[in-house]
Amino acid sequence: MSDEHENKSGYQAQSSETIHAQSSEAITGSGSGIAPDMDYVRPAELPEQDLYHPHSFIEKWVFCQDAKVIGVQYFLTAVFTGIVGLILSWLMRLQLGFPGLAGFITAEHYYQFVTMHGMIMVVYFLTALFLGGFGNYLIPLMVGARDMVFPYVNMLSFWMFFVAVVVLMASFFVPGGPTGAGWTLYPPQTILEGTPGHGWGILLMLISLSLFVIGFTMGGLNYMITILQARTRGMTLMRMPLTVWGIFTATVLAMLAFPALLVSSIMMTLDKLLGTSFFMPTILKAGEVLEYGGGSPILFQHLFWFFGHPEVYIVALPAFGIVSDLISVHARKNIFGYRMMVWAIVGIGALSFFVWAHHMYVSGMNPWFGFFFASTTLIIAVPTAMKVYNWILTLWRGNIRINTVMLWCLGFIVTFVNGGITGIFLGNVSVDVPLSDTYFVVAHFHMVMGIAPLMVIMGAIYHWFPLVAGKMLNEKLGKWHFWITFLGAYSIYFPMHYLGFIGVPRRYYEMYDSPYMTSGVGLNEFISTAAFIVGAAQLFLVFNIIKTMKTGKKAEQNPWKANSLEWYTSTVPPEHGNFGDRLPVVHRWPYDYNVPGAEQDYLPQTAAPSEVAHTEVEKT
Amino acid sequence: MSDPNIEGFELEKGFKGMAKDTGSDQTMFKGVHWGKAMMWIFLLSDTFVFSCFLIAYMKGRSSTPAEWPNPSEVFALDAFGVPVPLLLIALMTFVLITSSGTMALAVKYGYEKNRKMCGYLILATALGGLTFVGMQAYEWSKLIHEGVRPWSNPFGAAQFGSFFFMITGFHGTHVSIGVIFLFIYCYKVFAGHYDKGKRGWFTKMKGDYVEVEILGLYWHFVDLVWVFIFAFFYLW
Ligand code: HEM
Ligand SMILES: [Cu+2]
Repeated sequence: MSDEHENKSGYQAQSSETIHAQSSEAITGSGSGIAPDMDYVRPAELPEQDLYHPHSFIEKWVFCQDAKVIGVQYFLTAVFTGIVGLILSWLMRLQLGFPGLAGFITAEHYYQFVTMHGMIMVVYFLTALFLGGFGNYLIPLMVGARDMVFPYVNMLSFWMFFVAVVVLMASFFVPGGPTGAGWTLYPPQTILEGTPGHGWGILLMLISLSLFVIGFTMGGLNYMITILQARTRGMTLMRMPLTVWGIFTATVLAMLAFPALLVSSIMMTLDKLLGTSFFMPTILKAGEVLEYGGGSPILFQHLFWFFGHPEVYIVALPAFGIVSDLISVHARKNIFGYRMMVWAIVGIGALSFFVWAHHMYVSGMNPWFGFFFASTTLIIAVPTAMKVYNWILTLWRGNIRINTVMLWCLGFIVTFVNGGITGIFLGNVSVDVPLSDTYFVVAHFHMVMGIAPLMVIMGAIYHWFPLVAGKMLNEKLGKWHFWITFLGAYSIYFPMHYLGFIGVPRRYYEMYDSPYMTSGVGLNEFISTAAFIVGAAQLFLVFNIIKTMKTGKKAEQNPWKANSLEWYTSTVPPEHGNFGDRLPVVHRWPYDYNVPGAEQDYLPQTAAPSEVAHTEVEKT
Repeated sequence: MSDPNIEGFELEKGFKGMAKDTGSDQTMFKGVHWGKAMMWIFLLSDTFVFSCFLIAYMKGRSSTPAEWPNPSEVFALDAFGVPVPLLLIALMTFVLITSSGTMALAVKYGYEKNRKMCGYLILATALGGLTFVGMQAYEWSKLIHEGVRPWSNPFGAAQFGSFFFMITGFHGTHVSIGVIFLFIYCYKVFAGHYDKGKRGWFTKMKGDYVEVEILGLYWHFVDLVWVFIFAFFYLW
């Protein structure tokens, strides 16, 4: 790790340029011909960040302004909601696999479980975990900043999220219980009598979503401005780790997609509370016309999916980014096609705003719209496939360490490819119409946005735990955790494709004696058993963490021999301010592994050109 | 284009140079204050909020089966016994646009460190905003008096009242929040917090006149949105 270079001649060049005013022919692709001290870094454009250090326990751990603590707070809160979501999925599987065994689960309860499970998993668990948790912890460290740019707003962001979670959880305890309208909350049924939780439940859900959006906006502004305006010297956009690119693009998507959710929540709240009819058509109930009339339920679907589809990528893009970094570190190879990876992330993000109505093929639309949205949907497969090929080519002839982190990454690739292929089925109107609302869809989205990102989260936990806690998680337990989860998750979701093909509908409490269930009964029992095992297997991680904190071996600095800045902090775990007195200066991308001629198999981003002049490292 | 920090450094012309400059280290928007960049991006997000509202309004208005009320009758105001269409709304718009002018001047005087002028102009802006909110409250009460409700109205489609109250209410909330901040900033300017670099009550960060400009961005945005709301509700 090197410090910045003293600049003798008084002028400075953009570090990406390696410029020398007198002899510009010295600019060559490889470091070989360059005199050591010619890689000038531009002088600091930004003054030192003003940090407010905490003065009390409350300021340090509760209303903390340090992004790392906020990240951990987000992480723990999101995991709490995730556990609630997991328990709900157990209850559903109990009912589906062994109907009537748990007598207390009524049809109404089942709807409520489905709804809360879906909403919790997508919004409060995965989104908050990736952007609030990993984003807060990693962005400042990875771009070489002391903290987020607006620490106070960042703190408010977490507490707004916290209140949103409290409101959401409160809906379990109000009269009528939580809403049972499905996580898509389609009107008019959502707020009409007959749907469980059509009173308090839906109201609290809408309020909680609005709070979530407000809280997220505060955090998202921080993530974006930190990445755009507070990078350290030498950290050009094209030297940022892909993790940062993924989180950044996802944040942009969220800032543009959540408004639609906010607006639809507000409008539905008014429909519910004031009796407006934004989304409510004329409705006949038991022969009587309701007060509502003249509104458009389809409008809600458009607003919801304008949020809902980008939301899928809000979850997926950070996972793409993180997994790229993990694969590169643990295969000891540079990421294949870095620029292509960046553009694929950005391209997927942009395209994701033009595909939303593929969720509405069965709602009825002009065939030309179906044609348009099917085309855009299938076009997204192109950059996505590019990413998959690049991951595989990164692994190709790499020096792969088959450790727990790598296993999770491989698990991710497999599940993601599986879910992606079924996505191509569902993107086609004529294939989607019969498969819509069957278990095929359930299998598809769990594979692609449930299990695949979860694999990345697990890998990321094993990867960054030594940084956050300063101790190494146990590998053996980790492998047990992986194999049971991976094989178990496959046992849950792979058979669901078949259930979908034979026509089992989703969101059904009970299949009764329908003809297709003769072959489905055994499968359902098998799936449920697997679900219980997978859920329980997560205790391996809990146990691993407890054991590690008690007796685990202390992590050395940079245990994985990685290049990116988060491993080069002044202390482990990093303190407030991250980098000691001087911010690091960056001279290369974070993927220089196994460079011919170098003593070690990795070159930190901070390694100065003079240190690597004898190697064959490429200019980045 | 040349970088003043580097002797003999020339950035390539055209797209390539632009891409290099955008992707260069430290900052993407050179010399742009963090807070200002934040406000711009927030406003982009808020633009999406208002766009969703207005698109929903267009969809709602065009798909409701009932007749849409005639805006020039509904929004007319009696001046000396003659109903004048759009009178009140013209006044409201005038006041709000004027307050944008005073805000722009306040920013100018702020950067010139002319504390007094800056403070008075912020105060004028705040009073303009307050007048706007007051007139809006008057318009609301007039419509409510005439029987317009969010869920129904005597003039035609029920969605008219729903969208009107929701969107003008949401905009009015924006104005009101702006007014509150204007008063706070007015106090801070007069008390000299920005000259002394006094730390904020909550954020603990040093104050600077650039904050006046950031608030100004928000204020101009709220005005701009009003122009669209005006066009969609009163002229369509
Ligand atoms: C062990 C893990 C999980 C199990 C066993 C599980 C199980 C289930 C079950 C049984 C359903 C209801 C199917 C139906 O009746 O239609 C469901 C729905 C759903 N799940 Fe999961 N799930 C798990 C994890 C996740 C994760 C991580 C996500 C995050 C994306 C997720 C997102 C959803 C969504 C969005 C729905 C649809 C809800 C609705 O139809 O309104 N699930 N899940
Ligand atoms: Cu989609």
